[in-house]
Amino acid sequence: MADTRTIKVEALARVEGEGSLHVKVKDGLIKELHFGIFEPPRFFEAFLRGRDFREVPDITARICGICPIAYLMGASQAMEDILGITVTKPIRDLRRLIYCGEWIESHALHVYMLHAPDFLGLADALELAKVDRALVENALRLKKVGNEILETIGGRAIHPVALKVGGFYKLPTKKQVRALEEELKWAVETSIATVKLVGGFDFPDIEQDYNFMALRHPDEYAIHEGRLVTSSGLDFPVSQFLDHVEEEHVPWSNALHGKPKDGGNHHVGPLARYNLNYDKLGKTAQAAAKAAGLGPVVRNPFQSIVVRAVELVQVCEDALKLVQGYEESDRAYIEAPVRAGEGHGCTEAPRGICYHRYRIDADGSVLDARIVPPTAQNQKVIELDLWKVVQANLTKSDDEIKWRAEQAIRNYDPCISCATHFLKLQIEHG
Amino acid sequence: MSERKRPKLAVWKFSSCDGCQLTMLDCEDELLALTEEVRISYFLEATRKVEKGPYDVSLVEGSITTPHDIKAIREVRKQSKVLISIGACATAGGIQALRNFRNVKEFIRCVYAHPEYIDTLTTSTAISDHVPVDFELRGCPVNKYQMLEVLNAALNGRKPNIPRHSQCMECKESGTVCRMVATGTACLGPVTQAGCGTLCPGKDRGCYGCFGPMEAPNTAALAARLSQLGQSGRDIRRLFHTYNANSDAFRKEGDNHG
Repeated sequence: MADTRTIKVEALARVEGEGSLHVKVKDGLIKELHFGIFEPPRFFEAFLRGRDFREVPDITARICGICPIAYLMGASQAMEDILGITVTKPIRDLRRLIYCGEWIESHALHVYMLHAPDFLGLADALELAKVDRALVENALRLKKVGNEILETIGGRAIHPVALKVGGFYKLPTKKQVRALEEELKWAVETSIATVKLVGGFDFPDIEQDYNFMALRHPDEYAIHEGRLVTSSGLDFPVSQFLDHVEEEHVPWSNALHGKPKDGGNHHVGPLARYNLNYDKLGKTAQAAAKAAGLGPVVRNPFQSIVVRAVELVQVCEDALKLVQGYEESDRAYIEAPVRAGEGHGCTEAPRGICYHRYRIDADGSVLDARIVPPTAQNQKVIELDLWKVVQANLTKSDDEIKWRAEQAIRNYDPCISCATHFLKLQIEHG
Repeated sequence: MSERKRPKLAVWKFSSCDGCQLTMLDCEDELLALTEEVRISYFLEATRKVEKGPYDVSLVEGSITTPHDIKAIREVRKQSKVLISIGACATAGGIQALRNFRNVKEFIRCVYAHPEYIDTLTTSTAISDHVPVDFELRGCPVNKYQMLEVLNAALNGRKPNIPRHSQCMECKESGTVCRMVATGTACLGPVTQAGCGTLCPGKDRGCYGCFGPMEAPNTAALAARLSQLGQSGRDIRRLFHTYNANSDAFRKEGDNHG
């Protein structure tokens, strides 16, 4: 009789939303592996139909409490694409600043509270606090710097209210923005120390030949603007996203799988951005990466925690410069008459590219909505990583395999709430 | 305080964006002190450690949208001495309750290629529609200071100090200019429960009702005023039917327009 084993993780922890893993092993080989998403569907694309185009940024923000800016901004850009609006430089800069805030909050949360405990063999950041309270206090302070940027510009950290199609309802005063300066100086130094800390963790020896996809911008480390590029050599405007990416519906997941139309898989998020845009990182971030032993190419998914920390350095420094250069502008937003049309928006959410496409009627009603969040696109590569990780650890106990597999999933900082708009671990040794 | 004496706290998630439970982790200045007072026994977003119930206090985020949810929330209720629902999803069904007004089969076909893989109810409903709830904390998302107040009250066996009056009171108290009076902007403030900290009026826009209806709201009078200000029936319906669309007062008023 064949030796069979089933390993299940019913509800993954320290991820945003509800996911699972199911692995079936027979005679020492994996027969089946599904990274499932059981978070119930919420049907955003459906109920957006008939809503006014101006409501879409605030409504789509409710897809995700961790990265509302990715939705507020992607939706706003798509509507601006339809109306022919180009925002002014001060509005563009303020958008980048609030987006830096979201990256700082999200990356600090993930690096310290959600991911680092795995590398230290601890269940959570509270256990970490028992070992090193000052470290967790610093992590929380760093996270708070991000939230303070969001609150200063947006009114609140989760589902900020000041953003709209064309810009902002109201701009913050110079005094309010400049008040962020001192904490951001501290945050730059703390992020550099974070890279050093997480760079010293032990990483499982695994390298994957990923096809990365990220936004790329000629003048900056792309966050909220750019063309889409891949490591396979594609380079196309955001408006052609759906010419290159399709969504597949699989029975074990409430999140559609986003994948390249020409076959294979693509990987989005910090690792993709780092590999495709290393040359656009500032000197401080590059130096921090180098000091932690990272070259311009990183293909070990477990090192994503170091890359996330390098990105923290980048966005803290970017935010500091934007804060120091902020002047009050006379226009909070740009308006244009409503017209029918189709528009696209795409930004780098902390977890990777988040794409929006809308069609609206002449009266501004939404006719059709399509949103492709980052975690949906990463489901396939997460499964590919899990095949390798689980296979390499099959001699270990179920509990050890589970933990290692969870860690591999957390490499992606999966946001399941986003993907169902999008997880459970089951390993079946059968 | 000894491990044995700390009350056990559980944080549960149903259909939602995770924003309300994230509010807990956003208590950067209070989180470590809080965990000295309570023992986090179940909180998947924060820890892989899971302790069995019963729990002294459960915070529940999200709405009920699947047959499995109904079973799960009954079990949570059974295991919890105090159950507090947090946020617009848990207290009114959330934005995803917009399905309640439409044909869900059509919705599934609109998003998914294989509708047969999807197991969902035709409605998105509040936690209190399924089990008795000890306190409902409003907001999309909840306000962190209100959440700490509700937790504090539950741990000390007292009633939480959460006002049920309208957003207008908060605007007046903070000296914020009335958007509706000064600029004719559509605003749900007169019928929406206070608690956000005058966010939208403070940013020169009308309140969009994310804290849900106040106690005894006069929605008809507000709708009439909105109409005088030039809002179409469709706009008025959309305004009421958004983040708290399935709360009684907002659902009924919205149904009268459009």
